[in-house]
Amino acid sequence: MSFSRKSLGIPYAVFLLIFVAAPLIVLVFYAFTNGQGQFTMHNLSSFFSDPNTLGTLFYSFAIACVTTAVCLLLAYPVAYILAMSTIPAKSVVLMLFVLPMWINFSLRITALKEILNVLEGNLAMHPFLNAVIGMTYDFLPFMILPLFTTISKLDGALREAAMDLGADSLRTFLQITLPLSVPGIISGVSMVFLPAMTNYVVLDMLYNSTYIMGSLIGSYFAAYNWHGGSMISLILLALICLFTLLTGGGEEETARGGALL
Amino acid sequence: MNKKNKTAADAARVLFLVLVLAFLYLPILLLAFYSFTGSTHIGAVRGFSLQNYVTLFTTSELTDMILGTILLALGSAFIATILGTMGAIGAFYSRRGVNAFITSLNQVPVVNADVVTGFSTCILLVVVLHISKDSYIPLVAGHVTLCAPFVFLSVMPRIKQMDPSIYEAALDLGATPFIALRDIVIPQIVPGIISGFALAVTLSLDDYFIATYTKPATFDTISTYVVNATKGAQTSIKTALWALSTVIFVIVVLIVLGMNIRSMRAEKARLENSVRRGGANV
Repeated sequence: MSFSRKSLGIPYAVFLLIFVAAPLIVLVFYAFTNGQGQFTMHNLSSFFSDPNTLGTLFYSFAIACVTTAVCLLLAYPVAYILAMSTIPAKSVVLMLFVLPMWINFSLRITALKEILNVLEGNLAMHPFLNAVIGMTYDFLPFMILPLFTTISKLDGALREAAMDLGADSLRTFLQITLPLSVPGIISGVSMVFLPAMTNYVVLDMLYNSTYIMGSLIGSYFAAYNWHGGSMISLILLALICLFTLLTGGGEEETARGGALL
Repeated sequence: MNKKNKTAADAARVLFLVLVLAFLYLPILLLAFYSFTGSTHIGAVRGFSLQNYVTLFTTSELTDMILGTILLALGSAFIATILGTMGAIGAFYSRRGVNAFITSLNQVPVVNADVVTGFSTCILLVVVLHISKDSYIPLVAGHVTLCAPFVFLSVMPRIKQMDPSIYEAALDLGATPFIALRDIVIPQIVPGIISGFALAVTLSLDDYFIATYTKPATFDTISTYVVNATKGAQTSIKTALWALSTVIFVIVVLIVLGMNIRSMRAEKARLENSVRRGGANV
């Protein structure tokens, strides 16, 4: 057989089938079976009938929504100011905001924890607040980057046209800049929302013992309950699909990968 | 807008940026400061000491863990780079259906939560296929699964930008497809391969969840070690981790500075070149 460029894709296709497709199939199988391998809807129905797990779902949503909102409120002005400014070393300043994402997150959260300890005295007193602060601290750079990329690519002529036609700067922002930066917002939100629902280590490290969706998987894993854990994973996957459909999808790689590209 | 208002607005903007930067950096910098003292917690004033750094570099538990993390990151990134690059080239030249199939499967680990990726890898390899975690196969497989899709995504745009006629010309001039690939295609996509590799290394270094679900019980990455250590290890280990955080911070700063200086030099050279050529390329 002669060499062709197409055949280079075969190892990767096989790899994806084994390590991406097969685990998902196994996940579905385990989610709908019990310890004896019999088909059951129990894992699904117990998730949606148990007030504890529903509470976890709700709590995850609350943390994810608040964290995403806080990140957006901090990141948008940063990205906007940077993108609009005429300072010479703009890329260096942007680097300053993005650099923390390359420092191991567990070490960064350790640092944050030491500070919060001094500020609050007892971390256990403000579990929700600490979770939001921790996640914001962890994920903020991932929100700034896509926003900056989008805003700095906007055509300045549109803003000038709006101003020439009599719009004041607030109206120009609300009707021109903000709507045009929606792709960056979507990309940033998708970078923050899902990790905020699942990254339970941030909560653990800041002494917040309330479960979020990720902690459920962690606890099923610790208890060797593969069936329960698979169902939670499947529910998370469904949420991810829903989220991707709602936001149009396909933008994520630019954000998570964009840092180095 | 008058000048005074404008200055005030500028000052407010700068102040906002500084405040956000302070939020991002104060914890790390404060920890760095205290890592050079004998303090056991922030706020306690003790004298200058390098004890944390001595502990960090002489405790075998810590050095093994750091070395293991780096080896895992380099190894998985290496495999992921080869797989992802081959995958991107192969997918690009394949039929549209095959291309779409590979591209969409590639997207799964990218959008998926790391908890789910780790858990599902563990179920397939450890629970169903009974591969021992002590073999490191699940761990490396998990990290390659996390990293390879990002290599694929960073190489693909380079392939799309390539001028296909150069490859055709090489074939017309008698090169075998393999030589044309090695001498024509690969050199053009090298920047994508390099940034894909760098991205893979950082993803692996930062990972906690996939490692937790797939690692041997006796092996720790920096992330898994730190998370366990904060749940109540000895104080000397805890403060040695402050030193580790500082060392990593300095390394990251140096790398980023180096990259920036290099790209600024390249930019300057490009500008000078185009000026010499009459500005045609500016």
